[in-house]
Amino acid sequence: MPSSVRLQEMIRVIRSARTQGEERGIIQKECADIRAQFRQGDNGERSHSLAKLLYVHMLGYPAHFGQMECVRLIASTRYSEKRIGYLGAMMLLDEKQDASLLITNSIKNDLSHSSQYVQSLALCTLACMGSAEMCRDLAPEIERLLRASNSYIKKKATLCAVHIIRKVPELAEMFTPSARSLLSEKNHGVLHGAVVLITELCKHNPGTLDQFRKAVPELVQIMKGLVTSSYSPEHNVAGISDPFLQVRILRLLRILGHNNDTASDAMNDLLAQVATNTDSSKTAGSAVLYETVLTIMDINSESGLRVLAVNILGRFLLNNDRNIRYISMTSLQKIVQTDHNAVQRHRGTIVDCLKDQDTSVKRRALELSLALVSAVNIRSMMKELLIFLSTCPPELRSHTTSGIFNAAERYSPSKRWHIDTILHVLTTAGGDVRDETVPNLIQLITTASELHCYTVHKLYRALVKDISQQSLVQVACWCIGEYGDLLLKGECEEIEPVQVTEDDVLDALETVLQSHMSSPATRGFALTATMKLSTRITDNVDRIRSIVSNYSSCIDLELQQRAVEYNALFRKYDHMRAAVLERMPVMDKNSPGHTNGDTSGVIKETDPSKLKPVEAGLLSEPASQVCDLLDLLDGTDTPLQPSPAPTNNPTTTSSADLLDLLGGLEPAPVLTETVYEKNGLSLKIQCDKQTDTEVMVTLIGSNSTQNDITNFTLQAAVPKSVQLQMKAPSGNVIPAHGLGQVTQTVVLNNPNKVSLKMRIRVSYSNQGAVHQDTVQIDSFPSPTCPPSVSPL
Amino acid sequence: MQFMLLFSRQGKLRLQKWYVPLSDKEKKKITRELVQTVLARKPKMCSFLEWRDLKIVYKRYASLYFCCAIEDQDNELITLEIIHRYVELLDKYFGSVCELDIIFNFEKAYFILDEFLLGGEAQETSKKNVLKAIEQADLLQENLDFQIRLLPAGVLSPNISSESTGLFQS
Repeated sequence: MPSSVRLQEMIRVIRSARTQGEERGIIQKECADIRAQFRQGDNGERSHSLAKLLYVHMLGYPAHFGQMECVRLIASTRYSEKRIGYLGAMMLLDEKQDASLLITNSIKNDLSHSSQYVQSLALCTLACMGSAEMCRDLAPEIERLLRASNSYIKKKATLCAVHIIRKVPELAEMFTPSARSLLSEKNHGVLHGAVVLITELCKHNPGTLDQFRKAVPELVQIMKGLVTSSYSPEHNVAGISDPFLQVRILRLLRILGHNNDTASDAMNDLLAQVATNTDSSKTAGSAVLYETVLTIMDINSESGLRVLAVNILGRFLLNNDRNIRYISMTSLQKIVQTDHNAVQRHRGTIVDCLKDQDTSVKRRALELSLALVSAVNIRSMMKELLIFLSTCPPELRSHTTSGIFNAAERYSPSKRWHIDTILHVLTTAGGDVRDETVPNLIQLITTASELHCYTVHKLYRALVKDISQQSLVQVACWCIGEYGDLLLKGECEEIEPVQVTEDDVLDALETVLQSHMSSPATRGFALTATMKLSTRITDNVDRIRSIVSNYSSCIDLELQQRAVEYNALFRKYDHMRAAVLERMPVMDKNSPGHTNGDTSGVIKETDPSKLKPVEAGLLSEPASQVCDLLDLLDGTDTPLQPSPAPTNNPTTTSSADLLDLLGGLEPAPVLTETVYEKNGLSLKIQCDKQTDTEVMVTLIGSNSTQNDITNFTLQAAVPKSVQLQMKAPSGNVIPAHGLGQVTQTVVLNNPNKVSLKMRIRVSYSNQGAVHQDTVQIDSFPSPTCPPSVSPL
Repeated sequence: MQFMLLFSRQGKLRLQKWYVPLSDKEKKKITRELVQTVLARKPKMCSFLEWRDLKIVYKRYASLYFCCAIEDQDNELITLEIIHRYVELLDKYFGSVCELDIIFNFEKAYFILDEFLLGGEAQETSKKNVLKAIEQADLLQENLDFQIRLLPAGVLSPNISSESTGLFQS
């Protein structure tokens, strides 16, 4: 029986096994046969035995005894044996096996074989599993084949060179000269390989990158040829001529044009042409358009081209094909910081994608939505995000809650809204919030003193309804403990009054204490709250005493300790009880170890209930109008950032023990200097953070006139090598009489450590008149020296 | 491309091509996890997912899943086209290819793949040229060995319906 049938017969027999055990038995028998075959030596059957072994290997059974056979077969003179031998090498040998080195010599010989198909086998194997050592040995051969062979071999040698460079980057120089000349080949396979090779070379060496920039016109020509060529059946895919090659060329152009104006200019027309002419009804066309968009966004393209690119992404967002929508959101995510306004236009569609069935799409939509939240759209966006939270898949929940908290912290229009939002999140997804949420929320509540009554009522009601969400219960207990007196008073402007008796409150706390759902930390909160109530209620102090003494024999050590200490307070230190359990002072958010980028302006505030200005608008001046700001700053052409883009800054709090009744935290000393003062508007600069290469400052605008200042906007320009990032301002209205401030954080990244200067243009309206002024800051405040300012 | 896997709806591996060096144990672990993840996806979901630090592009053709792992800078949509091109090549070679063809002629499936992709990148963008090269290599094999090739289809295998449906019927 011919041997190939034997292979297929074996496969059939294995597949007919009904149980795993039966299959194992058959495999064992076959392997024994194969081993015997191998030992027999050359009898014309070896290749079939190896093929059988490879099948067995694919099923998951061990096949290492075939490794040496691969080496032997590769060295054979028969093509069929070489073919299967090389396949076996790629499947069974990898660079971690010692046996792989043994085939180096065979590969070397086969690379110069008279038959191109044998050469091809060697090239393929080297490119698939060649170790660094093998690559070093054989690199000269490959280089030779790159230069002088037919296209069939050239295209393979080129990709083999790519593999060599990835394994041994130092060898890149060897291939650089020939790579350039390969671009003039007509064969698409060789051309494709050449582009991949050049891409790889540019990745490893910036000098090479500069060299290959000269090839941009040539690449543009090739692309043009592909885009405008008449129908070529050989390379056509759904109306696009060789989309594979087009995509690789676009990717190479992206690398060459990045951060380089000359190269970017040279490809502008081409990119516009591809973007407008490519038919995207099928995947091939969409693939090319996608790569084009990525390239446009990554090079120094004209603004018109960028707009075109974002519009393409917008069109993709509306595409029926889910893949295209996903791709579009991935790309929008990359540009949401730099082209924020353009992406904002598509916010509606993105928010709709939150409701998509596919988790990958949902995740992308969530990321984008969070990046698009701004002071203007905070209310509507939060509504959508909260709806999303109630139905979102479990793996996205904690990310969603963090995102919601960050957004709420930066843009909440009012304290009450902020508290309501956090409460909503806690009731919906309390189990998926970060640990710092509880102290953060408590700190927030203490600062909103006019809302204490409202908050404690709301929390009490939530507590009574459901005690399973630990974070919610903890906050509720803390508030009831602190503000129990307000709860018992019964009246509150904002919600319907409900009569709450002392017994009701103590019942609620006791339920928490006794429930098996409460974690030990929660119980701790509840016990302390019960204790605090002893100074805030009048009738049931005895009940409190008995609760507390019950817990002095509790198994939980923490609870027991607390109970014993509270008991001691009752018995021996009753005269101190009132003082110890007094209302907590307002907690300052800015303590050492706490970073909070945007709201750091409130450090000097002594009035904790100051609310942030309600409206805030995005700055949307087009870049051209502010170019004159840049003239005097050494002719820099850093694009101004007129519209600060919101970034997600995770906040961290110091792990202050809230139950440390005697603790207090000092805010870190901060340097603020006034840099501009005119017509009642004063602008201060405050240094938040300063390292060698980065400075973060907050600009604070305040108004001492009789009328509110509106449309207050700041624009900034910095020297060329410095990167500027302006965060969203806290608002654009500064109330009169110094009653409020607008703050805006600016981050300057100074990798080259040049001397930092910043020019700020201030524009605002006051009493109907529009004012505009410029101030230049020549040095920034640091702990050792005050800033110097030159008025203009 | 880092690797390509072909597996059936029951999770059986039909082809695995690795372009990165990994131990057998690691390969098995990755295969197992990825197969599980992809099989858990519902039919209408998108073809891309993020897995570990890789992008996974997959597409189902009849009873076979074609799954590729690509790197961050690679274009997902063109990878879909690469998968489609490979299926077209198999189809042309076997004549209306089905899973059975790939099971019983797995080594040929590898040979075809190796004429289309090299080191994880596409080496030939013309369908015609790939098929021509395979044809020539096959002839070379036959001539040197004086072998009579038997036609693979239908002769030996029990007809399990899913595996004998053409890959293009979905």
